[in-house]
Amino acid sequence: MSTANTRILIVDDEELVRESLSGWLEKDGYTVGTAPDGAVAITRLEREPWSILLVDMKMPGIDGLQVIDRARALQPATTAVIMTAFATVESAVSAMKLGAYDYLVKPFDPEELSLMIQKIVRQNELIQENETLRRALRRDCRFRDLISKNAGMQSVFDLTQTAARSQSTILIFGESGTGKELLARAIHAESPRHAGPFVAISCAALTETLLESELFGHEKGAFTGASTRRRGAFETAHGGTLFLDEIGDIGPKLQVDLLRVLEARTFCRVGGNDPIAVDVRVIAATNRNLEKAVADGAFRDDLFYRLNVIPITLPPLRERPEDIPLLVEHFVERMSAELGRKVDGVSREAMAMLLDHQFPGNVRELRNIVERAMVCGPGPVLQPADFRLPGAVATPPMLNASLEEVERRHIASILEQTDGNISQAARVLAIDRATLYSKIRKYGLREHADAS
Amino acid sequence: MPIALWWVGTGSVDEQMLEEVRRQVEREFAQPVDLCRSDQRPTGTLDAGRGQHSSRELLRWLVTARPSQYDRILGVTDVDLFIPVLTFVFGEAQLDGPAAVVSTMRLSQDVSRATAMSRLVKECVHEVGHTFGLVHCGLVACVMTRSASVRAVDAKRARLCPECRARYRMVQDGLHVYREHENPHRR
Repeated sequence: MSTANTRILIVDDEELVRESLSGWLEKDGYTVGTAPDGAVAITRLEREPWSILLVDMKMPGIDGLQVIDRARALQPATTAVIMTAFATVESAVSAMKLGAYDYLVKPFDPEELSLMIQKIVRQNELIQENETLRRALRRDCRFRDLISKNAGMQSVFDLTQTAARSQSTILIFGESGTGKELLARAIHAESPRHAGPFVAISCAALTETLLESELFGHEKGAFTGASTRRRGAFETAHGGTLFLDEIGDIGPKLQVDLLRVLEARTFCRVGGNDPIAVDVRVIAATNRNLEKAVADGAFRDDLFYRLNVIPITLPPLRERPEDIPLLVEHFVERMSAELGRKVDGVSREAMAMLLDHQFPGNVRELRNIVERAMVCGPGPVLQPADFRLPGAVATPPMLNASLEEVERRHIASILEQTDGNISQAARVLAIDRATLYSKIRKYGLREHADAS
Repeated sequence: MPIALWWVGTGSVDEQMLEEVRRQVEREFAQPVDLCRSDQRPTGTLDAGRGQHSSRELLRWLVTARPSQYDRILGVTDVDLFIPVLTFVFGEAQLDGPAAVVSTMRLSQDVSRATAMSRLVKECVHEVGHTFGLVHCGLVACVMTRSASVRAVDAKRARLCPECRARYRMVQDGLHVYREHENPHRR
């Protein structure tokens, strides 16, 4: 901030004071304005921005304290200093309570005034610099809805930007909750197809026949219940992007169908014979090791190579802990607006605890626990207890619990940790998805349908 | 146009000190500086309550008493100066105006004559700089830096820094347009 940009308003009913003080400050290069009373000062505060307010305490009509009170409402960033010929403890306390920065007894020592103004200017500069840097940091760390200052993620952003401009198929690797769909949406938004549709399908959430119908659509009467003709995701995504999440979970028949459509750019609806041509860019994602699945024979190698034209790997949150404070700040800011609750931030202890946490559910888990803390935490600063991290809060003892009860609680806990991701939870529990579904139904556990 | 240098103090003048001021101001601003030999002294500048003289009133007096052949006048006095909101000032000048004044009183307290002379020269160059429109400089060594204490006066040199000198030259060439007293050294 240049000195000319520092605008000082002197409010004093004595002309001599206004004149001498403004002359003194103008020689420092500041832009100085004056007001002979409180009413004029308030008008000038309403009309122009002021960095520093030097106000005489005792003035006829609206006094200095009232001016400061009004200034706080009109221009909260203004630093107010009260001036008076008579110092009393009471007036000093009242001024400070109203948010005055300092209290000067007339006449002031020139060095005292000079140092105080310099201090305020420096402080204002730091506040502004801090705000500018934070904004720049957020801008630099941002790629559409993804936020990271991690070097690996920055390379992902660079690669994504280049890849987005091409028509090639992209395969995104990453654990659940790392933001694979957000990345796919970012690619779509950056691509020449951005005006077209973005269609997302989770391959793990559906049975093979349902998924087939979802992807390719069906003709009327193709199967029991197919009472009308239905367009599939490939048709809906024509001219745009189709995001196939959990691609590693699709069965052998669909792998063949998918390969065919990727090769020929045509397909037939279920129960139909007419080939339909589509112009769709496919982005697939998986949290599984597809190379291993290929080696094990569970995934077709030709489909793998067809999908893996541009591979992008999203690192898990535990490998980029430097992003945790940035993401927490982002979520707190966003949710403050969404929840209509003003939260200033997170305490140092809470941040240390978050930095220590492993986040098996990655950014999604972080977002959820921040949201929970914002809903449940009572104060303006979120404390460690507000987050109720697994492990940080003692789990109730299960000494008298039955085997079924232990199983119910364990499944519920794993589902919570995986944020309701059935495939991931099933893998952790070492059971298949159908078994997990049946246990969820049996124990009446809430099913989270969203997969990564 | 020459600058008038006038001893307007109550006591006897230190001719050597005044000559040093004349020489240094003349060198720094490349303008002739003449010693004014009038016995006329300012009146109506004393504030009886404070026991100090108003620098503002003294400047007004200097402007009216200034001999017509000078477009700038620098008064040097031995009385203590003040402006209403401050306990004291070492000197004062009219920004881009004709008059400047400096007091030796606080500058020469409890120090050698050489130190007092060095301080007086710096403050005189500083205040004359203001009459040429120069504002305070952020470089502590530049003569145009704000000096609110004798420590700050001692810390600076009697010379304009290259930026302030360039600014002064631009003023002389009629090239400089001031925008809200913008100063490149102050961030």
